Amino acid sequence: MSDPSAASIVSTPRPEQPTQIGAPTNAGLPESARNEKPRGLLGDAWRDLRRKPLFWISSALILLFIVMAAFPSLFTSGDAVNGSLENSLGKPSAHALFGYDVQGRDVFARTIYGARASILVALLSVAGTMLVGGVMGVISGYRGGWVDSLLSRVADVFFGLPFVLGAIVILTTFNGSGSNNSKTKIMGLVIASLVILSWPVVMRLMRSSVLATREADYIVAARALGAGTGRIILKHLLPNCLAPLLVYSTIMVGSFIGAEATLSFLGVGLKSPVVSWGIMISEAQNYLRVAPNLLFFPAAFLVAAVLSFVMLGEAVREALDPKLR
Amino acid sequence: MTENIIEVRDLVKHYPVTQGIVFKKTVGQVKAVDGVSFELKTGETLGVVGESGCGKSTLARVLMNLEKPTGGSVHYKGQDISKLSGGALRRLRRQIQLVMQDPYTSLNPRMTVGDLIGEPFEIHSEVAPKGSRRGKVKELLDLVGLNPEHINRYPHQFSGGQRQRIGIARALALRPEVIVCDEPVSALDVSIQAQVMNLLEKLQNEFGLSYVFIAHDLSVVRHLSDRVAVMYLGKMVEVGTEDEIYERPTHPYTQALLSAVPVPDPTLRDNKAIIRLTGDVPSPISPPSGCRFRTRCWKAQDVCAQQVPLLEIRRGSDHPSACHFAEKRAIVATHQA
Amino acid sequence: MSDILVSEQSAPGADGSGRPSGRLLEVDDLRVEFRTRDGVAKVINGVTYHVDAGETLAVLGESGSGKSVTAQTIMGILDMPPGFVTGGQVRFHGRDMLTMSAEERRRIRGEGIAMIFQDSLSALNPVFTVGFQIAEQFRIRRGMGRADAKKRAIEMLDQVKIPNAKGRFSNYPHQFSGGMRQRAMIAMSLALDPEVLIADEPTTALDVTVQAQIMDLLGELQRERQMGMILITHDLGVVADVADRIAVMYAGRIVEEADVYDLYAKPAHPYTLGLLDSIPRMDEKGQELRTIKGLPPNLMNIPPGCPFNPRCPMAQPVCREKVPPLLQIGSGRASACHFAEELVNRD
Repeated sequence: MSDPSAASIVSTPRPEQPTQIGAPTNAGLPESARNEKPRGLLGDAWRDLRRKPLFWISSALILLFIVMAAFPSLFTSGDAVNGSLENSLGKPSAHALFGYDVQGRDVFARTIYGARASILVALLSVAGTMLVGGVMGVISGYRGGWVDSLLSRVADVFFGLPFVLGAIVILTTFNGSGSNNSKTKIMGLVIASLVILSWPVVMRLMRSSVLATREADYIVAARALGAGTGRIILKHLLPNCLAPLLVYSTIMVGSFIGAEATLSFLGVGLKSPVVSWGIMISEAQNYLRVAPNLLFFPAAFLVAAVLSFVMLGEAVREALDPKLR
Repeated sequence: MTENIIEVRDLVKHYPVTQGIVFKKTVGQVKAVDGVSFELKTGETLGVVGESGCGKSTLARVLMNLEKPTGGSVHYKGQDISKLSGGALRRLRRQIQLVMQDPYTSLNPRMTVGDLIGEPFEIHSEVAPKGSRRGKVKELLDLVGLNPEHINRYPHQFSGGQRQRIGIARALALRPEVIVCDEPVSALDVSIQAQVMNLLEKLQNEFGLSYVFIAHDLSVVRHLSDRVAVMYLGKMVEVGTEDEIYERPTHPYTQALLSAVPVPDPTLRDNKAIIRLTGDVPSPISPPSGCRFRTRCWKAQDVCAQQVPLLEIRRGSDHPSACHFAEKRAIVATHQA
Repeated sequence: MSDILVSEQSAPGADGSGRPSGRLLEVDDLRVEFRTRDGVAKVINGVTYHVDAGETLAVLGESGSGKSVTAQTIMGILDMPPGFVTGGQVRFHGRDMLTMSAEERRRIRGEGIAMIFQDSLSALNPVFTVGFQIAEQFRIRRGMGRADAKKRAIEMLDQVKIPNAKGRFSNYPHQFSGGMRQRAMIAMSLALDPEVLIADEPTTALDVTVQAQIMDLLGELQRERQMGMILITHDLGVVADVADRIAVMYAGRIVEEADVYDLYAKPAHPYTLGLLDSIPRMDEKGQELRTIKGLPPNLMNIPPGCPFNPRCPMAQPVCREKVPPLLQIGSGRASACHFAEELVNRD
């Protein structure tokens, strides 16, 4: 060590007083008087989100749908599965707000109960897609080399499969007409086919994000400190790569609700007696002229749900995008 | 009595240039560092100057063991560090630290200052017990002239100069013996640059640090360095004490470099030695044969194209220079301040 | 000799010397603010400077001092919003450009005032050849034919000393090195013979040896064409080499304006003095560098009084209360410091 007295000989002027950017450079003010709540980038985004009506409207709607899915009995006392044929195609009334379907079941109750299957399938599919695509993307982007080449080509193959056609093929194979699968098994199959057909998008997103971040100076700095691969990925890479994924997943929930309805409508997805918006729309098509309300109400709920997730995604994207600041 | 803390011998770092997507074919080599030898003594500052593309940043990465050298060796206290791996490499990382150029990109934006400066302790958990870490981070903040109360802030709440102080605190956390500074002040404003340079000097005196100080700004390098090495296209062309390089340069490239630096004094405008190089630095993929500087050199002869000039002390000079026609020529008139 | 003239006008030269509005380009009490979501940043707070034919005015300042925003406002390339011009004039040959029609302004750009930027790679369009981009100007603005325009473009490339100009005509920007690209950009901006050239940090991204080449070239072209040049930079070394006059900016204001020799010999503002003291000099072996304490002010919250007062070693109570105006001291120089006289007259 050097002579400690050497340190005192060198008189360094007191360096700059740290000041928060955004706070006054007012030397007279005591430190504690300044508003200095620590904020991260997510904190900034949140502050921004709070000012957007779009965010509040869409999240209120989403919250409503989620409560609906979790506790349908809060909204209706009707029976979604059993009806009496005497009410068949009954018009909307005070007793049944949305009327009755051909089997005499309460459409309002069915629409409410339908939220559960639709939202559950969408959320689980998104979670699965994120997990598979995200992990593949991180491996491919961080590892690089032949691993990256291989995974990217595999993703390309899956990417080449047309979404609806692919889902129909998978589901008719395992869930064709005449098969007698349980409710959970069908749900699992629908989720699996959605995940299989959409993970490459997430992987590409994650991969490009990781590639851009991997060479960042702070990753090099962490390596120079001796940080291991796990630490670099978990603490440095992921937190900086998640933003685009977060936005995409919100929008994806919306499109998966639509996808589930499409598959159910085509008869390869969920089936009666399970209640879902897609099944209701599918059943309603034959009675479009006599009872348009059968189609209208589940379709309106479907559109509202898809729209709120897409709007939320849009609001989050704007808040996270530093260029729009 | 000083000893060498780092010894670099014939260091070579080539990057392959490849073509193809799945089956890659090497079509050339970027000769970023091509046979560099030097030593760093305990407690001294070795300045490394050169223009962009001369290999000085690659040198920093190899010294930091972020890249394995293609050839040659880097010895830290007699131990070849390019051969280390695993635990031994981790232990070595405690001794050699890096301060990077850009304070805006070298700090993870999602971590607080406390996490950033505390990270070295988490990686090398044997250095400080968990309970004492926060206190240590605060000490470090104070040491580099930041308010310890700002421990919970994020990097974007600080200015460039303050961020560079955070970077320095991080590098200091493990009490290293050597700090490699890769252009630590070139991204900062003039008035802030001086503050950071003074801090680096203060810390060196306080902790007996040795610096490898890489920069393109010759004035900054002169201010901080004890010895200076001049690099051109992956090779060192001249090495000497700060006086030897700035007052008695013998290599034409050093002379041209010194004459190109604008001096902040308008009265010197008309009586300055002006050497203007033509053209740009050639590509490091296919550097010129013989002396690499010959394509821009006004002294070049046939011998320069055939023979690589060695970095050695030549007649009429007191320090090594890699020029066949090395000759003293004063460029800057030094006056003691 | 301390008769201080109170003048809000451009101080040097505007002292009734018989040239009322003969200025080539004048910026007069310009005010610009940025309205962002976090608040209003007062980026330029009354900047006044001018440049005449054949002279080089250096605008010196650190990042955030407003030097580049002033240039962007002159060129009319300021992003609006968030930028808003809240006052002042930019007069070219005595006519206010800020109130002109877009068409008139467009005509002045290129032919009257041209600008070169720091980052030549992003300032040139990557999908067109360098030659095409220069020739295009002759075709559009001068109505030349394809062959003539090409001939003139090659001449321009030759003038900025690009070797083998003919062969280089059909190269793309990425095939040029940094120094060559900067030359090409100079050729492009000078193509229409502008009377004023604004160079915004033209050599900051370049190596010293290349920087020296480019500064030599700019100086030479400026003398040949008798252009007025505004050199925007933070580099005190470059300024000392080429400038005739210097305007030092701090927090959106001009704090000092002087002839280059006077400014380096006897700075009349503590900020200038601090800057000169804090640069390491290659020709001097110093001990510790003197520094300016603290940080530049936040433009959303500029301290009352003199904006430099929290960092100023000479600050007095008056500095916290009164904004010092840019006043003439002696001939041809001005300072915005309450104690400018003391500073200049000390030994």
